[in-house]
Amino acid sequence: MSAMAADLSARPSFLGYRRPDGRIGTRNYVLVVPTVICASVVAERIAAAVPPLGAALPHLAGCGQLGPDMRVTHDTLAAYCAHPNVGAVLVVALGCEQVVAQMLAEAARRHGKPADIVAIQSEGGTIKATDKGIRIASGFAERLASDARERCDVSELVLSLKCGGSDYTSGLASNPTLGRVTDRLVDLGGTAVLGEIAEIMGAEHLLASRATRQNTATELIQIITRVETEARALGLDIRGTQPSPGNIRGGLTTIEEKSLGATHKGGERAPLEDVVGYSAPITRKGLTVMDTPGLDVESVTGMVGGGAQVVVFTTGLGTPTGNPIAPVIKVTGNARTGRQMADNIDLDVSGIMDDSETLAAAADRLFAAVLAVASGQQTSAERLGHREFAIHRRNPTI
Amino acid sequence: MKPVLVISDRDNVATALQALEPGRQLELGGGALAVRDAVPSGHKIALRAIHAGEAVVKYGSPIGLATMEIPAGAHVHTHNLASTRGRGDLDPAASAPEPRLAEPVDERNGR
Repeated sequence: MSAMAADLSARPSFLGYRRPDGRIGTRNYVLVVPTVICASVVAERIAAAVPPLGAALPHLAGCGQLGPDMRVTHDTLAAYCAHPNVGAVLVVALGCEQVVAQMLAEAARRHGKPADIVAIQSEGGTIKATDKGIRIASGFAERLASDARERCDVSELVLSLKCGGSDYTSGLASNPTLGRVTDRLVDLGGTAVLGEIAEIMGAEHLLASRATRQNTATELIQIITRVETEARALGLDIRGTQPSPGNIRGGLTTIEEKSLGATHKGGERAPLEDVVGYSAPITRKGLTVMDTPGLDVESVTGMVGGGAQVVVFTTGLGTPTGNPIAPVIKVTGNARTGRQMADNIDLDVSGIMDDSETLAAAADRLFAAVLAVASGQQTSAERLGHREFAIHRRNPTI
Repeated sequence: MKPVLVISDRDNVATALQALEPGRQLELGGGALAVRDAVPSGHKIALRAIHAGEAVVKYGSPIGLATMEIPAGAHVHTHNLASTRGRGDLDPAASAPEPRLAEPVDERNGR
C-alpha cells in the first residue's frame, strides 16, 4: 500500500539512454550521414545492412549551395550527429563536396560519440566504400547493443509539437489535447518546441503575451513579419498554399483560423522562453518557437535537429511521415481518419468531438503514450519505416 | 453529438459538427438560429449577421474579414471570408504593374 502511494507521488519518468554530454536519448541509432546527395545511396545501403540500429540520413544538399543555405545544411547534419538519439556516427563523403566530413565526425566526437568517415573517391568507388562502411557501422552496432536504458526524469524530454493535414477537428480536439500535454510537461520542468512560423500568423498575439523576456516576444513578431513580407515581396497571395486545398475542404478558410487552431499545441500557459533559428540548439526549458517552414518534413527535421527526442504530430486528414532518428506519434481527432488510416495513427482522440471522452482524459492517454514511446515503444511511423528527412533551403542551387 | 460548437463567447461563427440542411432550426445558448445554406460538417455557420468588411471571429480572435454581407445562418467560407495576412496580391508596393515599354514617340510633333 505504501509502496503504491510512493509510486503515485513519484514524478513521471521514462527509460532513456544517458549520453556522455548529459543529454538523454530515446533511441540508440548508428547514424550513417552522407555529406552530399552524391553519397546518399551508399549511405542508405550501409545503414540497411546494419538493422535495426542503422539509420541513414539521405538528403539532396551538400554542394552547389551558397552562404546561409550551406550553413543550414551543415548545421542540420552536425546537429543530427550530436543528437542524443544517436549512439555512433559514420560519415559517408564523396571527396569533392562543400560539406566537410571531418567537421561532422567532430560534431559527434565532441558529444562523446564514436565516429568514423568513409570517402567514396578515396576508397575507390561504390562497392569498396559500401563494404568498408558496413564493417565500420557493424562494429558500432555491436558496441551500442550493450547500452542499457536507465530511468530518467520527464524534465529531460524535449518534445516537438507538430500538426499536418489539419481539418476542423485539429483545432477542437487533437491540438488542445497536445496543448494540455505541453502545459503539463513544462510544469514538470520539461521542454517543448513549436515550429511552422506561417501557422503562427494570426495567433502571434497569444504566444507573444506569454514571452518571459521582451526580446523573445520581439523576435517572434520579427520572424512572422519576415515570412509575411517574403510572401508580399513575391507579389503573391499566401492563400495559394495556406491553408492547403485539403485544409479548405476540411472547413478551414484562412491562415488566421488555421493558426489559432494550430497554436493550441503550445498549450495555454507554458511560458514562451526562446525563439531559435532552424535546427539550432534548444537550450531553455519551457516553450521554444523555432523558425521552420510549414512543410511537414522540413519542419520536423529542424525541430529534431534542435534536440527534440520525441515528436507528437496531430492530424485531421491523416499523414504518414516520420523521422530517421526520432519517434513520431500520430494523433487524430477525426474518427473517420482514425478508422481509414488506422495503420498510421497511434492515438485516436475523436471521443472529444462526440463528448465520449474528456479533453483531460485524452491528454492523460497522450502523456502516457509520450513516456512509453520515449522508453522505446515503437510508433506507427517507425513500424512502417517512415524516415522522411528534408533540410530547409531558401535559395536556388548554384 | 451537438450539431454545432461555439468555441468562445466572442465568436460570431460556430463550427458545424454534422452536415446542416437549409431550414433547420438550431437551439443555441443565446436563442434559435435558422440554417440558411447547406453547411458541410467541419465548416462554419454565421451566428448573427456580419457586415461586409467586419471581422469574422472564431476561437475569440479575428480569422479574417467578411467580403460581403453575411446573413445569420449562412455558410461562412472562402466565398465570403478572406484572410488579411500575407496578402502580397493586395500590397500596392509589391504588386506594381510590369514596367511598361516607352511610349512610341511621334516624331512629327516631338512628343
